[in-house]
Parts: sequence; C-alpha cells; structure tokens
Amino acid sequence: MTTRFIGKPLKRKEDPRLIQGLSHYVDDLNLAGMHYAAFLRSPYAHANIRSVDLSKARRASGVVLALSGTDIDGAIQPVPCAAQIPDMKSGARPVLARDRVRFVGESVAVLVASDRYAARDALDLIEVDYEPLTPIVNPEKAIAKGAAPLHAGQKDNVAFKWELEGGDLKAAFKAADKVIKQRIVNQRVIPVPIETRGVLADYQPGEGQLTVWSSTQIPHLLRTQIASMLNFPETLVHVVAPEVGGGFGTKLNVYPEEAIVAYLAIQLGKPVKWSESRRENFQATIHGRDQIDDLEVAIKRDGTILGLRCRVIADLGAYYQLLTPLIPTLTGLMMTGCYKIPAARMEITGVFTNKMATDAYRGAGRPEATYLIERVMDLVAAELKKGPVEVRRKNFPQPKDFPYATPTGLIYDSGDYQKALDMALKVADYKKLRQEQAKLRKEERYMGIGISTYVEICGMGPSSAMPAGGWESATVRVEPTGRVSVMTGSSPHGQGQETTFAQMGADVLGIDPSQVQVVHGDTSVVPYGIGTFGSRATAVGGTAVYKSLQKVKEKLARIAAHIVGSDPERMVFANRKIFAKQSPKKSVAFGQAVSAAYVAKTLPAEMEPGLEATTFFEPTNFTYPFGTHICVVEIDAETGDVKLVRYVAVDDCGNVINPLLVEGQVQGGIVQSVGQALFEEAVYDEQGQLITGELMDYALPRASDMCWIEAARTVTPTPVNPLGVKGVGEAGTIAATPALAGAVADALAPFGVHHVDMPFKREKIWQVMSKNRRRVQ
Amino acid sequence: MIPASFEYQAPKTLDEALRLVERHGDEAKLLAGGHSLLPLMKLRLATPRYVIDIGHLRGMSYIREENGQIAIGALTTHTEIEQSALLASKCPLLPETAAQIGDVQVRNRGTIGGSLAHADPGADYPAAILALDAEIIAANTSGTRTIPARDFFVDMLTTQLHPGEILTQIRIAPRRAQSGAAYEKLHQPASGFAIVGVAANVLLGEGGKTIEQAAIGITGLSARAFRAEAVERALSGKHISEKVIEDASRNGAEGVEPLSDLHASGEYRREMARVFTRRAVARAIVAARGDA
Repeated sequence: MTTRFIGKPLKRKEDPRLIQGLSHYVDDLNLAGMHYAAFLRSPYAHANIRSVDLSKARRASGVVLALSGTDIDGAIQPVPCAAQIPDMKSGARPVLARDRVRFVGESVAVLVASDRYAARDALDLIEVDYEPLTPIVNPEKAIAKGAAPLHAGQKDNVAFKWELEGGDLKAAFKAADKVIKQRIVNQRVIPVPIETRGVLADYQPGEGQLTVWSSTQIPHLLRTQIASMLNFPETLVHVVAPEVGGGFGTKLNVYPEEAIVAYLAIQLGKPVKWSESRRENFQATIHGRDQIDDLEVAIKRDGTILGLRCRVIADLGAYYQLLTPLIPTLTGLMMTGCYKIPAARMEITGVFTNKMATDAYRGAGRPEATYLIERVMDLVAAELKKGPVEVRRKNFPQPKDFPYATPTGLIYDSGDYQKALDMALKVADYKKLRQEQAKLRKEERYMGIGISTYVEICGMGPSSAMPAGGWESATVRVEPTGRVSVMTGSSPHGQGQETTFAQMGADVLGIDPSQVQVVHGDTSVVPYGIGTFGSRATAVGGTAVYKSLQKVKEKLARIAAHIVGSDPERMVFANRKIFAKQSPKKSVAFGQAVSAAYVAKTLPAEMEPGLEATTFFEPTNFTYPFGTHICVVEIDAETGDVKLVRYVAVDDCGNVINPLLVEGQVQGGIVQSVGQALFEEAVYDEQGQLITGELMDYALPRASDMCWIEAARTVTPTPVNPLGVKGVGEAGTIAATPALAGAVADALAPFGVHHVDMPFKREKIWQVMSKNRRRVQ
Repeated sequence: MIPASFEYQAPKTLDEALRLVERHGDEAKLLAGGHSLLPLMKLRLATPRYVIDIGHLRGMSYIREENGQIAIGALTTHTEIEQSALLASKCPLLPETAAQIGDVQVRNRGTIGGSLAHADPGADYPAAILALDAEIIAANTSGTRTIPARDFFVDMLTTQLHPGEILTQIRIAPRRAQSGAAYEKLHQPASGFAIVGVAANVLLGEGGKTIEQAAIGITGLSARAFRAEAVERALSGKHISEKVIEDASRNGAEGVEPLSDLHASGEYRREMARVFTRRAVARAIVAARGDA
C-alpha cells in the first residue's frame, strides 16, 4: 500500500459543518407533536422523602404527565453498573428517588408538558416533603466509626475494598535505605463538555418501534441497556448519537434521563425531549478523579526505587454509574508508571458519600496513577538532592526490556522512554532553563521546571480485561457508484475519525478521501459496536476498519484480475485504477470493478455479488503510549499567581494517521490538565451543596491562561495491531498535571516546600510563600 | 434559558421608558446589555413581572465632548468605550478599564450604564469612575439630577438611584497635563470579575517629582467600591519614591470590611489591595510622566 494520505495533516472533514453551525445536536432535532420533559431535583444532599405531591403540577397548563419515583416503581430498572469487584456492595441508583435522596441534583419527579417553559414552570408546583438527614460529604468521615450508612441494610459506607500486589514488597522495604511517605490528593473535578446531555425519544405504537437520540459515546451499549431497563425488545430499539459536542467520558454512561425519556415517549405515544441545563450538568452528570493517596516509597540512596505502597480512598459519590468502581482500579494497574519498580501494592477503599458519582473522565484512573508516580519521582529526587531527570532515567526500563511485565500484571507492548525524554530535554534546552532559573532565583523570581515522563494504558480491549467487550466492529461497503461507506462501531464525538478513517480507506483502495464516507452512531446503520472511550477508536475501531478494507480490496483484486486476465495477488490499487503490477496496461477503472461486483455478470466463478465486508476486531493486548512533558512556570510571589511560561510535549502514540489531529488531541488534553492543576475543583460544602455549581464559579482554562505548546513526537509502533497505532485521546490529560505540579513544587523549593496539592489557586500558593518566606533563602 | 414568565416591553424613547418605570415600580427590571439580569432570571433568582428593554432607546449610546466635559451615554457598550479615540486621548483610564471586563462577547453587549446601576461588588467600572471623580446623571419623569461618583455606590448591588430613575449619562472631566492613570486588577478566574481592582489617577507637580493629587478607586475588596482616602492622603504632596508608594499602599484596605468568599478570603483580598494599589499608582505615575 502506498500511503498518499495516511500520515498527512489533512484538515478535518467534520470542521466545515461544525464551524458554520450546520451540525445537528440532540437539541437541534424537532419532531411534530414533540413534548418536553423536566426533572425535579433534590435540593438536599441527604433526606428521606416523606411524600411527593404532584396534584398541582398535573393540573398546570400544558402538563400532560407527572410521575414520582413511586409511580414508576418496578417499571424501569436502576442505572446499570458494568464493573464487578469481588464483594462490592450494592450502590444501584434508582432512576427516580423513591424513599431517600442521596445527593443534590438527584431526581425525585419528572413531568412532561407541551413546551419547555410550561414544563419548567410546573416543576415549581410539585410539593415534596423532605426529612433532612445529616449529609456525609468527607470520604474519611464517611468511613470513620459511627458514620451512618448511606444505603439501607449496609453496615458502613465502604462500597468495596480492592487490593493488588506484585513482587516482594516486604523485602523491598527491608532493603530500603530510606522510606518516603506522602499524602497526595487528586481533587474532584467536573468534566464540562460544551454540549450538555440531551435525549429525544419517539415511539411508534403501530410498529412498536422506539427511537432514542442521545448525546452519547456508546450508542449500542445504550440501546442494550435501554432495552434491559425498560424490559423492551432490543430489536425494536433504535439509538442514534447525532453530533455530540464533547464527552470526555461523561457520555460513556447510561443515565436515568435516557431510560425515563424513552419510557415517557412510550407512555404518551408522543415524542419527548429533554435538554440538560448547565446546572444539571454540574450536579447530575458524572464527576472525575477524587482520590486521596497515602504513599510509601522504599528507595536506595542511588535513587533506585525498590517498592511502592499506596492506600487509596476513592470517593465514589452516592451511587454507581456505569464504571464507577472500576476507575480507581486503573490507577492501581498503572501505579508503577514507566519505571522498573519490582514490588508494588495498592489498597483501594471505595467510599459512598452524598455527592454525584465519579466515573470515567478523560484519562479515567490513569491521570491519577501518573500524578501519583510522578509526584513520587520528584519527592525521591528532592529527598536525595538529585535531579528529577536523573532519578527518572535511573528507573526506566530499557528498549530491550519490551514487552515489559509490570508487578501489577500488565505487559507494556513497546517503548523507548529514554528517547522521548532526550528529545524533550533537547527541545526545552533543559540545561539553559536550569541556568535561567538559578539566575532568576537570585533576583527573588520564582521559576519552576516540571518534568513528567509517562506511560498510559489505552486502546481499550482486549475483551478478557474489559467489563463489556473490548473489541470493535466495522463494515466497509463500496457502493455501486464507487463511493465507499465505512460504518464504524466507534462513536466519534470530536476525535475526527470521519477524516482519519477516510484517509485509511483512500490509501487501501487507491482512491481519494473525499470518496470515503464514515458513518457512525446509528444502531440501525452500523454493526453492533462498543463505542469511543479509552483512546480506543483508532487502535481498535481503526483496525476493524482496516481489516474490512483489506477484505473488500481482496475481492476487488480478484474481480479486476478476472476482467484483465491477471493474478489477483499482483493487482495494484492507485489513482482510482486497479492494474497488474508487472503490466500496468492490464488495468480497470476502480468504478468498473465495483460495477462488476453489483451487475454480477462477469464475476469469477463461485464469487458472491456485492462488495461489503464486516470485521469484529479483538485486540490481543492494550497499547501503552508514552512520552515526556516539560512545563515551565513562573510564580508571582506577591499574588501566588502561576503563569505558564513554556510547555514542551513529546508524545509517542505509535504510528500516526493524521499528525494534525494528534497534535490537536495533545493540545486539548494539556489544556484540560492545566484546568485541573490551576483552577478546577468541585467544592461541596458541609451540607453537601455543590458551591462551584456554575461557570461563574467553576473556572475552566482559557486561551489566555496558556502558553504556546511545543509539540514533538517519537514513533514506536505497537505490535498489537497491524496499523502500529496506540491512541492519543487522553495522553495530554494523563501527562500534564504532574508536569505542572512538578513545576510549581520546583518553583517553591526555595521555600522548603516539595509538594502542594492541586488546584494551585493563587491564594493557596500565596499562603505557602508567605508562611515559609524566610525559612530558606 | 427558561426564566419565569414576564411581560416584555420595549420603549422607543426615554420618556416612554421613564413612564413605564414609574408605573411598574418594583415589579419591573430594566434590561440593557442583559449580562447581570439574564443570569439571575435564568436561575429564577430574579422573577420580574415586567422586563423593560431599554436597548432600543435612541440617542443613548454616544461618547462626545460637551461644555468641556466628556459625556458618555448610558447604553454605550464596553467595546465602544474600549475603542473610542476620544477617550484614548482625553480619558485613557476608561478604555483601559473597559478592556479588562469579561470577554469579547460580554464587552460587545454589556453597557456602562447597566454595569454602574447594577453595582456588582466585583465590577470594574466603579473603580475608574471613582478615581475620575465622574458625575452620574439620572432621570425620572420630572427631570434629571447629577450624582457625584463618590456618593453613588451605597452597598452591594445598591446605588443612590431612586425608584423610577434611569441612569442616562456619565460625565467626566478630561485629563489634565501632568496627570496619569492606571487600572490594575486581579481577576476571578471563572467569572472575570475583580477580586480586587484598583484605579489610580494622579496629578504630578512640576518636573514630575511630586504627587499633587491622587484619586484611588478600589473595587472587589468590599461590598461596595470606594475611594481609598487613606492612600490618597499618604500620597498627596509627597516626593515620589518607591517607599512612599509602598507605604501609602498599605492603607488600601483601611476602614473597610473585606469580602470573603469561595475565590478569596478577606485576608488575601486585603493583601491584594496593597499589591494592586502599589502597582496601579506606580503605573499611573509612569503614565503621567510620559505626558511631561
């Protein structure tokens, strides 16, 4: 295959419609007779529901239906959780609370009206008699002796305990020259996709057909779950993910509103739409992170790390969403990062609190792991008065060590960590940066340099390691006119696979990307698929596409060879022609061969007509992208303001289909990380009220908060798939927070401080600098 | 946005608007740029029965010289102020302040009259208006009156405007020779409002060695924007030095009760008042000397 398009920075096919506002999100879809649903949400974090009186709301103008949790009891199954951890307790979320509410924003009633104003107004007419209970907000207090359990019939608020140990930890700590202990906190954050969630459902009673449009990353899994939750035939459920304006993991889930809106459409025989407000999105769409990690590290004086022990308190919120308990376990699997640490142990305590559930947020457990191990590397360097680069280098596995087995049971596919580090140091001109830092310190200016050498786990599959299948599907159909439809089970929502899969189709079949149309998100059109998350769409979904393209290509080669009288093995596809390698004059136009497949008069004997192939690709392993990020900050000692000065990102995601899109993913991920590092924090007060409940109080990073990102790449292909691609959707978020944390800690080193918890808000940094001002000069 | 229902009225003339305001009293809210009112209505924290949209009033958006003063219509947007050539030469503090409000979309819609009348404790204009000794013109059905800026801000979201009055104009004296001004702000990272914002306006003596007069307006620090008179006293008549500026800045929060919230404690705000007062005064002096 000649690669005219793969590896080239093609502009995205998706962008013209997005930039011009011509795309259709759920809220842009309107059906005749459409009604609107609105949810009444609990203002209390913890309360018993004595009664819900819907009588006034039901009489309100325009209202056609109003239901409480009691009204739908038994009709809709609770929110599904696919994660299974031995001995985990029940934390199932009812779609509407019936007896008790357990977080602010939990729905207690739903109503449907003829327009969205009538629906919203009628909410104010619902009377709920709450009996407030003491909210349990702090996860450590939640598991302290005497804390009342959130869930009836449970003895405490421990949802599960999970342990992972590899290597001889006892021996490691016995052989240690020093043991470092540190608590680090990875704060709860709110993902904030630009498009909030939305659901539109339509039911045709004659045909018995239910169609649900939802802003989701997993249309097929949602279809299965809606069928199960409503006890409705899956064959009659059609789910469409139209344009989805960002997910970041929040839409890798099944929410009460998806099942309820479908249920309401069936009950009413009318289309029903619900659009989530920003406030609802803050309160009732999954949050991310929220771990307290207590670390113990066994080290040798030369910087060798012998062992790592970590006790984690994971604040799960009140209920499980789809993958809630699973996310912190990914932190455990990746806790040793890109280092040869022979022994490691993690003990996770999953805790119920009166908050929204946590679940997969861009990186999902791996940013927490990288943050943890990279903070460890910096603390080791500080303890031993060595450079952060030296300590990291000392503990890297060498390229010859791959595939590399970790004590946590993973097999890293391929890597050259040294090479990425060297490139980053060169791009940053690290030596010069250190000289500049020394000079500025004399002027009482506080510049800090942070380094993060990371590895992450993505290309989510294989199925043996996943809760609900780790494969992906693709159908390639060459249409009679010669246009190519690629139907992918992946569900891109910003990742750009309409472009990258078209690049692949064009190169395999010797045509132009404009002739390849990528179709996704519609369960009636594309084969059953798993969806887009865990940086898997190209590594797993792309491989399924590639294999289906190969199958179609083989068939076309046989048809073309039959027409020109040549050997199918020797046919070449280029410039919309198929020709024999040795004698290019033996050639047919691409369209002619395609036509032959459909007209079916000149096909080789025994060949079926048509030109379509489907693949369900099952990967043999995860993929493990890696790299080095270097961040330079300067802190204003008077205000505590942290300013980004430089950011160097060297990422290795294996082979690259489109470097422009890779850079876009890296940039976006870094910016999102800057948000967590500098500003973002979901703050619940003691009453369990989310006081960072809107964008006036919850700061997202802006262009003016960023510096230029100097991005470079090394290329270490993976042997796990034929494309050699690893995935890059989350790398930026995984790599960047520790680089920023390292830079801030480095800037504060003259104050005798080696670790500060995120977010690095100005007042917090100012406090650190004023309290420690004269300790070290 | 799904607010509670309201009656929308869009008068075409100021007289018509004043009659509506008089008639509806507390049940009415004025809508100008909408950046303060609409978020409150969206969350149903404000549920006015009448929304009187004054955005269609003719002749309320202008920046012009009148009788030796600069007159700014209440409906002039932040962007118009930011880009005004007249203000750039006669009153550069105001465009400098406008440029630090919110973001481009906010500046394109928000109006100076709306911002001043709303009197958010973190709004930027109040600091500048105070430091400029501006006059605020308010109208009702029986006429107009002039309110000095230093009397205008009463408390959080409260001004000297009476029920039935509409803020129509802001008047500012053009800058004098040997004077300079600057606005220094620590912004709240989510909303862009000022945690502390300090506008300094100084008049230097001959040769630029002394401060003859200083006017310091501070916003964000407390429930209302105020003139930092203790700082002004400590600067006026002094020979300029780093120490004089530093010492004077220590009085930035004198006599006020600092706000304390999710974004900044009172202790931090007090300290930032010192830092940003110093920065604003130092830059105002540089601006004044640049004129000499």
